[in-house]
Amino acid sequence: MSGATLLALLPNATSLPWRDIPAWPASEFVQVTAAALARGARLCSWFAVPEESGDAVQLVAVLAFDADNTLAVGRSTPVRGSYPALTVLHPQAHLFEREVWETHGLTPEGHPWLKPVRASAGEAPANAPFFTVEGGEIHEVAVGPVHAGIIEPGHFRFQCAGEEVIHLEIALGYQHRGIERALAGGPHRRTLRQVETIAGDTTVAHATAYASVLEALGSGEAPLRGQWLRAIGLELERLANHTGDLGALAGDVAFIPTAAACGKLRGDFLNVTAALCGNRFGRGLVRPFAEGPDVSGALVQQVLGNLTRALADVEQAIAWLWDSASVRARFENVGTVHRAQAEEIGMVGPAARACGLVRDVRYDHPAGWHRFAQAPVAVWPGGDVFARARVRSLEIQRSGDFLREQLVAAPESGPADDSPASTGDTLAVALVEGWRGEVCHVAVTDAAGRFRRYKITDPSFHNWSGLALALRGNAISDFPICNKSFSLSYCGFDL
Amino acid sequence: MFVVDTLLHRLKRGCETMAYPDGPAPALPDRHGGALRVESARCAAGCDACIGVCPTEAITRVSGQSVALDLGRCVFCAACVTECPTGAITQTGDHRMAARRRQDLVLGAPNHAEVRLAGELDATLRRLFGRSLRLRQVSAGGCNACEADTNVLGTIGWDLGRFGIQFVASPRHADGLLITGPVSRNMQLALRKTWDAVPEPKIVIAVGACAVSGGLFADHPEVHPGAEAVLPVDLHIPGCPPHPLTILDGLLRLLGRLDERRLPPVAGRSERANGSLPDAV
Ligand code: SF4
Ligand code: SF4
Repeated sequence: MSGATLLALLPNATSLPWRDIPAWPASEFVQVTAAALARGARLCSWFAVPEESGDAVQLVAVLAFDADNTLAVGRSTPVRGSYPALTVLHPQAHLFEREVWETHGLTPEGHPWLKPVRASAGEAPANAPFFTVEGGEIHEVAVGPVHAGIIEPGHFRFQCAGEEVIHLEIALGYQHRGIERALAGGPHRRTLRQVETIAGDTTVAHATAYASVLEALGSGEAPLRGQWLRAIGLELERLANHTGDLGALAGDVAFIPTAAACGKLRGDFLNVTAALCGNRFGRGLVRPFAEGPDVSGALVQQVLGNLTRALADVEQAIAWLWDSASVRARFENVGTVHRAQAEEIGMVGPAARACGLVRDVRYDHPAGWHRFAQAPVAVWPGGDVFARARVRSLEIQRSGDFLREQLVAAPESGPADDSPASTGDTLAVALVEGWRGEVCHVAVTDAAGRFRRYKITDPSFHNWSGLALALRGNAISDFPICNKSFSLSYCGFDL
Repeated sequence: MFVVDTLLHRLKRGCETMAYPDGPAPALPDRHGGALRVESARCAAGCDACIGVCPTEAITRVSGQSVALDLGRCVFCAACVTECPTGAITQTGDHRMAARRRQDLVLGAPNHAEVRLAGELDATLRRLFGRSLRLRQVSAGGCNACEADTNVLGTIGWDLGRFGIQFVASPRHADGLLITGPVSRNMQLALRKTWDAVPEPKIVIAVGACAVSGGLFADHPEVHPGAEAVLPVDLHIPGCPPHPLTILDGLLRLLGRLDERRLPPVAGRSERANGSLPDAV
């Protein structure tokens, strides 16, 4: 499918000189992008690069042709004021275009719901007014930003007829701390540390994407052992989060055995990560151009032992969950997202795979260690809470197998590249399959090789719309299990 | 079958809650490093090596004075420890680092090489909260790792409930707030409303470098430099994120629930069995 596109093709974790990226006037660029999307590509990222002077920007689109294992990129010539919205043709662009509008003042003409994504109204995000449904039977429920429990802030506005949710609008921005803005002009001394906190539970995936971007810009690579360690860390991150969320899902339907066991087991996986790098969330595990922390054969053996025990316990705890008819009944046919909807809004990760879509960066766009070692993609049809839980339990098994296999297949230590400088006027892109789905980082450098623009797309950015759709026609009391089955990031979205 | 299965399994595993604080504290991960210690008397003359490598500008020096390392800004990356040519900055392996006053976290002055650990609440508050503390958690601009490791305290391994400490849904049921994140501008209104809804007397606990000082985001216009910029803070718990044990130590210290005379000494880094992994907690 990618053969017919006019966009420039590039593999994952590589770079292209800026001048080699084809450019069109904005309205034509929207058409070219739309045509590629119509031929089966996905929109990984869409953002604007400001011109060095003046208020004009160049729009950039990064697409993935999954079946062809290639990415594609294109840009617009400098544009200001407005251009015809891509969202009208492909709804998966809707948040990206709102983001460009709020940051650069470029209006996507015809966008059906143009409002800020995370901009501030002083002391709170500028997220009003909300979409409302009128009618005698209709009532509105507002939840958040501060929720019951230890969770991040976000606002949920439900339009309901009795128990039934007719529409849910999700308004975020509360966690906005200016990470992307601060990256411009970088990399700075604190950049890697900040990248590790884009979403604290996705540290390894974001840090790996950042390191891959730097390495692509510097035409270098991390030593194989470093790439191996990143792949190990990525699966440990997946195991910890999937385990914790399955436990929380069990807790939400009052199935205590699995909830109690998984709560603890999640910690066991975090402790394995901490054994490798000292931090339970993998801070310091990924170092650009380098091997990362020293992992001796003895440490591998200890890790393997702890991991094997934890995996056996998880398998048992999850078996209870699937054995229980009452749990299955609560999960089935709740919060369904249809496959066509998932495709239309560009969902990624386990949530997309639970709609029967086979998309997984580790498989479709292998980079780093995944060029040598892969796990089968876990897919389940149905699109409901059951399917999402099911995919995650399958991924626990497969990540476990992957780790057991790969931990004993560590490559030898090798000499490290001495962090070559970034090439100027270049675009680099890296996708990584984090536990929530595709993490996408794109850097555009200036003549001196500093970041002119650094764009981060957390999988949550694609998937929050999926949660909103999942709630339609469901009882509002099912919101907690729907929400937990997606388990999206607020800070990864708010940046 | 699963009923019998689960019951048998539970019986087999027994009680999984750690003995601490009646028994020894679980060990930190070997590579964690714990709190830092700064002996500025060992600094080489004119050396600024650590200042240049710190990602959060946690280390400063007013000319003519000793280096000051603010553990409240530290993300425990150990870059300064590696960089220091004279071993003036070292890792202690100690999980305890919660402090009542912000300046107690600033290390390096003579007689202040280590954190001045938090003392308990005054007698009145201790009488009120000592055996029952209800907290409302507010997440305000962090990365969710501090929240995650606070949440861990509720799992069976830690069982925070046994100390009478509980996280509640409504601020009206709370005795105070536990804040994570630097306090983003976009959370200012929500945080203030939550604070106003907590009945007096009330306390504030700041968890993590972000909440203590703004951490990695301290100078971003999108955030405040930590919770103290908007509310009075009673307990500062450093870390990025703090280990659950560090958070628990801070809470118990504040409530006067740690009898350190009865506690076995904290295993320092060097005393710990070589290379052994911590017990899973
Ligand atoms: S360990 Fe703390 S003080 Fe030292 S360099 Fe890292 S952040 Fe700075
Ligand atoms: S202190 Fe560190 S771990 Fe905690 S919220 Fe801030 S960045 Fe995240």
